[in-house]
Amino acid sequence: MRYNWFDRNLKWVYILPALLFVLVMMLFPILYTVWISFYEWSMSAITPPAFVGFANYIALFKDERFLDALFNTFYFTVVALIAEVVLGLAIAVLLNRSFKGKNIAKTLFLLPMVATPVAMGLVWMLIYEPTIGAANTILKAIGIHPQLFLASMTQVVPSLIVVDIWQWTPMVALILMAGLSTLPADPYESADVDGATAWKKFVHITLPLLKPTLIIATMLRLIGVLKTFDIIYATTQGGPNFKSETLNIYSYVLGFQYFKLGSASALLVIFFLIVMALTLLLIWMRKRLEAAS
Amino acid sequence: MKKKLFGTSAAIVVTAGMLAGCGSNSAPQASTSPSAATAETTATATSAAATSAAGDKPFAGQTITLVTANHPWSEALTPLLPDFEAQTGIKVKVENYFEDQLTQKLTVQFTAGSSTPDVFMYRPLQEGQLFFKNGWVAPLDEYVNQDADYDFKDISPSAVGTTTVDGKLAGIPIITEREILYYRKDLLEKANIPVPKTIDELVAAAKKLHDPGAEMYGFVARGQRSPLVTQLSSYIYSEGGDFMKDGKATINTPEAVKAMTTYGTLLKDYGPPGVLNMSWPQAFGIFAQGKVAFLTDVDSLYTNATDPAKSKIGDKVGFAPFPAGAAGSKPTNVTAWGLSINARTEHKDAAWEFIKWATSKEIVLKQQQKGNPGARTSVWDTPEATQSFPAELVQVIKESMKNGVDHDRPVVITVGEARDAVGEVVMRVITGEKDIQAVADKANANLQAIIDKDNKK
Repeated sequence: MRYNWFDRNLKWVYILPALLFVLVMMLFPILYTVWISFYEWSMSAITPPAFVGFANYIALFKDERFLDALFNTFYFTVVALIAEVVLGLAIAVLLNRSFKGKNIAKTLFLLPMVATPVAMGLVWMLIYEPTIGAANTILKAIGIHPQLFLASMTQVVPSLIVVDIWQWTPMVALILMAGLSTLPADPYESADVDGATAWKKFVHITLPLLKPTLIIATMLRLIGVLKTFDIIYATTQGGPNFKSETLNIYSYVLGFQYFKLGSASALLVIFFLIVMALTLLLIWMRKRLEAAS
Repeated sequence: MKKKLFGTSAAIVVTAGMLAGCGSNSAPQASTSPSAATAETTATATSAAATSAAGDKPFAGQTITLVTANHPWSEALTPLLPDFEAQTGIKVKVENYFEDQLTQKLTVQFTAGSSTPDVFMYRPLQEGQLFFKNGWVAPLDEYVNQDADYDFKDISPSAVGTTTVDGKLAGIPIITEREILYYRKDLLEKANIPVPKTIDELVAAAKKLHDPGAEMYGFVARGQRSPLVTQLSSYIYSEGGDFMKDGKATINTPEAVKAMTTYGTLLKDYGPPGVLNMSWPQAFGIFAQGKVAFLTDVDSLYTNATDPAKSKIGDKVGFAPFPAGAAGSKPTNVTAWGLSINARTEHKDAAWEFIKWATSKEIVLKQQQKGNPGARTSVWDTPEATQSFPAELVQVIKESMKNGVDHDRPVVITVGEARDAVGEVVMRVITGEKDIQAVADKANANLQAIIDKDNKK
């Protein structure tokens, strides 16, 4: 009898460990975050969490620092994402032909991706150091006025975007290279017969065929860029003057430096919804695309 | 060009060294010192008064857990632990963490109501209020005067002030630091400028030595919003101000505004490019590269300026007491690290026995010989305690201990938020804001809100 039960429920028994893991390690923290976001709690042993309803959310939308962080997050994401996909595509197409030393070139391109982000953040901080850093040394050598980079309120986000592009373009290139290698050869052959130029082949054959892969790569990077934390925390911690403070950095500060766990949770819930909405949008686009083709 | 490249690569080496320093031992490691005692007994501890009897080992067989930061103090203490274990029969289990991990670990463990660690290292000005007001720390007032040999009065009053919360002693100071003026002896001599004794003289001298065309800058200090607050504090005190007084925020007073304007202007007009992103590693880094004439920061970091492995100008560094403002020279003299007892420990008396030993004259002397500035006046007066320090620096330290102030940031529970509120004003000075009074008024209101919230807890 017992064996029968086991046999009948075999599929559940096998997935149980994974299911438990997801419930305990992922679903519970998310639900707990939502719960805490309706409370005011400062990790105090004397004052227990106090229910405040939507007050944390309302306060956030009145908080200039939150709105700035929202803007910084989108500014960072949009610019970095576009640059990474365009550059990644260019590199993928470039490396997709055979040439001498191709494997070495591929390996070298991947190095930034495998490096530890925090360590790389510290290296970039040194490169960007205005007086003794490598970036200004090079700029001066070619006759350009030295820049402030991370210490400038206007240049800090572009400077960080460069680091992100340097680090993550290889991943986009890698995914797209995999996509390129699966493309059929026939359309190209018939295009050659019709005398199409390389550019025409790229626009009318490669791009449309590569679209599903492009959307996957974009989606993965979108989520990645949105939640960028390591390089910003290692270099500027959101400074100068909060000008590079993204939603992630602000929530960390609210939670672990100000001990405002309710506000930090509310911010993370909002952030979660934003990431979710954007991801669903991309999935929907991909479905529509598949339906159309 | 070649020289520039050398400078760059030297900077890389310096940072790499710093990284290595941060990285090693950063993983929690538990080490158990060898000891004869094996089993942890649950025997109830006799009263602490009985412990002073010579040869008596009332705590023999007990085990205490000590959590330390990855700090030179802990490194110097570990080899001495077997002596303590032999003397008392108490077994000490040491866990070592990197600074930020330490705070997080302690906060989580205390929130969960754990009875371990028994003794822990903490930063009184950063976590002291939070820990004490939550009832996580056992007050030590009843212990310190039990044993005349311990000589509690010998510990510098302002250092004790730092570890005192609501009139109760929350911890014993182990590492102290003071804000001092670092300067370049060679540059001042060449320009025939005497060492600045007042803030006005400092501004004038920085102006004179500032020559950005030749990549030589007059002054550097921390310019990042939150890190700068502790270094700004001496300027505020020396002008006669403070962050708060009797529960009222006071950073919009004329004294405080003047100090913040001076600090910000020094950085804006005579500082190197990029001060807005500088904490102490960057400030010391550029000073050590020989590109700055003056630096104000704490004395405990002096090796970053003098160590030939880190500094190009190690032999040219001079030390001076913090320059005087309208209210004289009032530098910070604070406890950077202290030792405390967990309020829920089951070995309170044994834990005190350990702290008593670790902060005794004998051990503090040994610590100081290793370069760890302690809080005992008698040790500072012992010649062999200061052999490893530059002679000039010892004088400056002693001088600063006399008129030092016992806090270097607003003393509140949410220190992080308060620091950001104060730092805002200096940020705006550096970025060229004209109406500083208005900025200071707003920052003062923010700081007041933080204080009011604390009082409700």
